[in-house]
Amino acid sequence: MVNGHQAPAISALGLRKAYGDHTVLDGIDLTVPRGSIFSLLGPNGAGKTTTVQILSTLIRADGGEIRVGGHDLASDPRSVRGVIGVTGQFAAVDELLTGRENLLLMGDLHHLPRRDSKRLAADLLARFDLVEAADKVASTYSGGMTRRLDLAMTLVGDPRIIFLDEPTTGLDPRSRRTMWEIIRGLVDDYGVTVFLTTQYLEEADQLADRIAVLDNGRLVAEGTAAELKRLVPGGHIRLRFADRAGLEAAARSLGDGAREDGSEEFTLAVPSDGGVAALRAVLDRLDADQVAVEGLAVHTPNLDDVFLTLTGHSTTDKETAA
Amino acid sequence: MSASTRVLTDSATMLRRNLLHAKRYPSMTFSVVLMPVVLLLIFNYVFGGALEKSSGGNYIDYLAPGMLLMIPAYLTVSVAVSIATDSSKGIVNRFRTMDIAPSSMLTGHVIGTLIQGILGSVIMLLVALAIGFRPDANPMEWVAVLGLIALVVLSFSWLSVALGLLSPNPEGASNMLFPVVLLPFLGSGLVATDTMPVGLRQFAEYQPFTPFTETIRGLLMGTEIGNNGYLSIGWGVVIGVGGYLWAKSVFTEQTSR
Repeated sequence: MVNGHQAPAISALGLRKAYGDHTVLDGIDLTVPRGSIFSLLGPNGAGKTTTVQILSTLIRADGGEIRVGGHDLASDPRSVRGVIGVTGQFAAVDELLTGRENLLLMGDLHHLPRRDSKRLAADLLARFDLVEAADKVASTYSGGMTRRLDLAMTLVGDPRIIFLDEPTTGLDPRSRRTMWEIIRGLVDDYGVTVFLTTQYLEEADQLADRIAVLDNGRLVAEGTAAELKRLVPGGHIRLRFADRAGLEAAARSLGDGAREDGSEEFTLAVPSDGGVAALRAVLDRLDADQVAVEGLAVHTPNLDDVFLTLTGHSTTDKETAA
Repeated sequence: MSASTRVLTDSATMLRRNLLHAKRYPSMTFSVVLMPVVLLLIFNYVFGGALEKSSGGNYIDYLAPGMLLMIPAYLTVSVAVSIATDSSKGIVNRFRTMDIAPSSMLTGHVIGTLIQGILGSVIMLLVALAIGFRPDANPMEWVAVLGLIALVVLSFSWLSVALGLLSPNPEGASNMLFPVVLLPFLGSGLVATDTMPVGLRQFAEYQPFTPFTETIRGLLMGTEIGNNGYLSIGWGVVIGVGGYLWAKSVFTEQTSR
């Protein structure tokens, strides 16, 4: 192919996997452009980890045409292994070795000269803020440190495509933000392609150039965060009143668009883009009609709404693991 | 880098990893090497007096060659447990997604075990010599003894690698290898088999540890070896090659679930 370098980092057509009668992936099509962050979003048990395991040569697909880094996954898994790096959901570090020894082990397995390996280990320890812990065994690391070491080990082989399977699951909010910054840095500094799975909508929203929503082994939507948000009904202002009289007065004042919000008592939802001007207009109107507002909330659509709309259930109500 | 140098380099890397583990957490090595030595002392000092009276000879000369084979038996547990521990960790999945020689992880464990086995044998021989063991082997016979112990360690290690891969967790691996640990007791390692009840005697005579023991005893003490030498090599090769192929196929199978 003349434009070989333009081929997508990952392409999958009709990816299928079943264990006996249980279909885990039911014909998935994916295209991940080079140098982008792609997020596979879905609840536990949707098939995210299985997808990563297949794309990273850990398990075999039952069917589908899959190319990773331009190599055919089924016929040439070794070439695929040469261009990828994987950071799994369960930390893939050797807990009995120190952080530095883990990195040197990776250097040896990538057949780097010892001197380069040492220098690279030192660089990565500095980059991932692990210098102080470098010579302590990894079993003493905190969750955030283990993930950082895990990712640093992945980088030793200079992979062009990095798979991150739920990179922040189980981390505290602060460590999560650090991870996000690191992941963004990978694309900016190394020009790698990142394929990331997450069950956190915020994470996909924060990081991903494109998001695919996976539910029960099928892709139910794909697009940028903005495109996905456009799929759901727009935002609204929620107004709470002291009593039913207040609510009815406000409904008369604001006209047809306003509807009673069933989820809370004496609450009215008014369609709005959530902007300051729109907010002021609504409040001025109510002021003019002398309707007292007890409480107010602005609701802009987020990916949770998208998920709920697309799948009919929220991201958290499915807790059965794959 | 050619395929065979890759296998060697990657296996050497994995071996370094295992030796680092052993160095940092010596308790496992310590226990598998120490346990047979402790048993040697117990049998010699607790039962030795009574057994000496009935056998007439110097019991430590009978016992030490048999106890040397306790080491390969005990090492099977440590191999299976470390393989099962490794497999339950994410690091093995990382190895599987890397472009490295697939079985190098297993080879690293087996070679590491071989080193432990030779170390253990030397320690046990020194202890045995210190408490009165007087072998009459010539240098060639010593080489043959170490060679046979190495063969037994290697062959049973490959078998335990397969069992370790198949066990759901480290505890399971430890239990699965218990029968192998018993084998040296159910043979001619500690006492002659002719005082055993019929069923046990037949088992003892046909299980691999009896020819191993008889060969080593013959080499060290000059007793009759007969066809035990060929039987030992035969058992070693069959168990080793079988274990290796089994381990490799389980490992590959687990990669492509």
